[in-house]
Amino acid sequence: MSTAFASIHGGPAPPVPAKPSTTGRTLAATLTAAVVLALAARVVELRPLELARDIGNIGIFLKGYLHPSFANVGEYAWQCLVTVCIALWGTVLSLAVSVPLGLLGARNLSPHPLVYFAARRVMDVLRAVNEFVFALMFVTAVGLGPFAGMLALGIHTGGILGKLLSETIESVDPGQMEGVAAVGAGRLHVIAFGVIPQVLPNFLSYVLLRFESDIRSASVIGMVGGGGIGFYLWDTIRSFKDGEAATVILLIVAMVMCVDVVSSRIRRAAI
Amino acid sequence: MASDRSPAVTLDAVGRSFPGKTAPALADVSARIAPGEFVAVIGKSGAGKTTLLRCLSRATTVTSGTIRFDTTDLARLRGGALRAHRARVGMIYQQFNLVRRLPVIDNVLVGRLGRLRGWARWAALGRRFDSRQRAIAFRCLDHVGLLDHAWQRTDTLSGGEQQRVAIAKIMAQEPAVVLADEPVASLDLSNGRLVMQTLRRVASTVGITVIATLHHVEHARNYADRILGLKEGRLVFDGPATRLTDAALFEIFGEFVAEPAGRAEGEHQLAAS
Repeated sequence: MSTAFASIHGGPAPPVPAKPSTTGRTLAATLTAAVVLALAARVVELRPLELARDIGNIGIFLKGYLHPSFANVGEYAWQCLVTVCIALWGTVLSLAVSVPLGLLGARNLSPHPLVYFAARRVMDVLRAVNEFVFALMFVTAVGLGPFAGMLALGIHTGGILGKLLSETIESVDPGQMEGVAAVGAGRLHVIAFGVIPQVLPNFLSYVLLRFESDIRSASVIGMVGGGGIGFYLWDTIRSFKDGEAATVILLIVAMVMCVDVVSSRIRRAAI
Repeated sequence: MASDRSPAVTLDAVGRSFPGKTAPALADVSARIAPGEFVAVIGKSGAGKTTLLRCLSRATTVTSGTIRFDTTDLARLRGGALRAHRARVGMIYQQFNLVRRLPVIDNVLVGRLGRLRGWARWAALGRRFDSRQRAIAFRCLDHVGLLDHAWQRTDTLSGGEQQRVAIAKIMAQEPAVVLADEPVASLDLSNGRLVMQTLRRVASTVGITVIATLHHVEHARNYADRILGLKEGRLVFDGPATRLTDAALFEIFGEFVAEPAGRAEGEHQLAAS
């Protein structure tokens, strides 16, 4: 069908410049990826045939879990509540850690490049060290129990939230900050009016996300003495009390689901 | 706290050059702006209008010559004195620069931040202001006709309304000089006119100096006492609107700009973009 564009579409093609070839680069990238993955497969002892042959063993292992034992369910439920409390206070502590670090580690707010650098590196360390390692460390100071777990979670999550906060602050609209600074307001006023209203919705969403994640971490941190349901999970599995372990796992799943529902309610109400 | 008297603004052979650029953004600009004058700065994009305003607000510093507010040399201001200067200068921006997520009234209260002393400064960190501060803010908002929008989120307002909120914020700030950088460039003509009228009315009421860069020559003609024309960083016109002839416009803009005589409404996008 001929349209008004026929005068442009018709006729011979213009001399097209040669398309630069990317075949070599694609080939090199594919080869590199294949070699790296093959080496990694050796390291992780990837043996799919073995999995296929012995997959039935898992069924035997799981059989014991089909009959949960509710003898100690009251104690386990209480420990789940302890776990929620660990995550709750861990998140509160992470706020106390992340807000100052996040403000100092934001390039557009930091009073000095050295302060910025220091805050960023502190957050790197807090993130790099796993919460389990922190828990082992705090156990030596405050003994076994939920307090050590809460401290470990708070410190580690503080590093994560701090980095998220400083990156959120760096992406704020500088015009809104300038509009506050231009009236002769001090630095803290610029933060209170020009920065916080802009970052609050995002940051709140990050905090809720990390709280959900902290619940999952808190449910296993008891394995290293951090208190909560994690100790019972570890203990019942290790001593082949399959029925008990099944009950603990069921409770953890229920707890995580409940917390996710509650936090998504909060998210919808607040943001 | 009464608004302090507008200073005489003296520009003495002002120049501003930027490293890596051969042509200076401003060169040898001299003018004396009397207290209470409403001055429009016109010129093509890149003529140095914004640089001139930024030198006056001390967002940047002149590289030659001096700018004085009365006897104070702006180049010498540091730390607390610099912040005091910023509090004395009210800024109006093309993009309004209001805190978009806060209620309108809070943006007007931002204007008070530079004037709070003692405990009130700390209370303001939690966005708490005493009844006197709030009364001032509500009166300013009423003055620009937006009292009914006080509790609305600022980004729900139209551009013209937001710019009037910015004017209310300036009124709350009680500056001695208002600097407006393209205050109506992102507004349609009728909203632009309303904002210019509001600005003019406020300026006349309190007798404050206003220096505005303007895109539309018509706005400059209608609202300014005096027009400064910049071309390639140099002052090529300085006089009342009545002396802004076709020849003068040709000198400023470097092209023939047809201005239908006696029409105040002409929508002429004059600065080449």
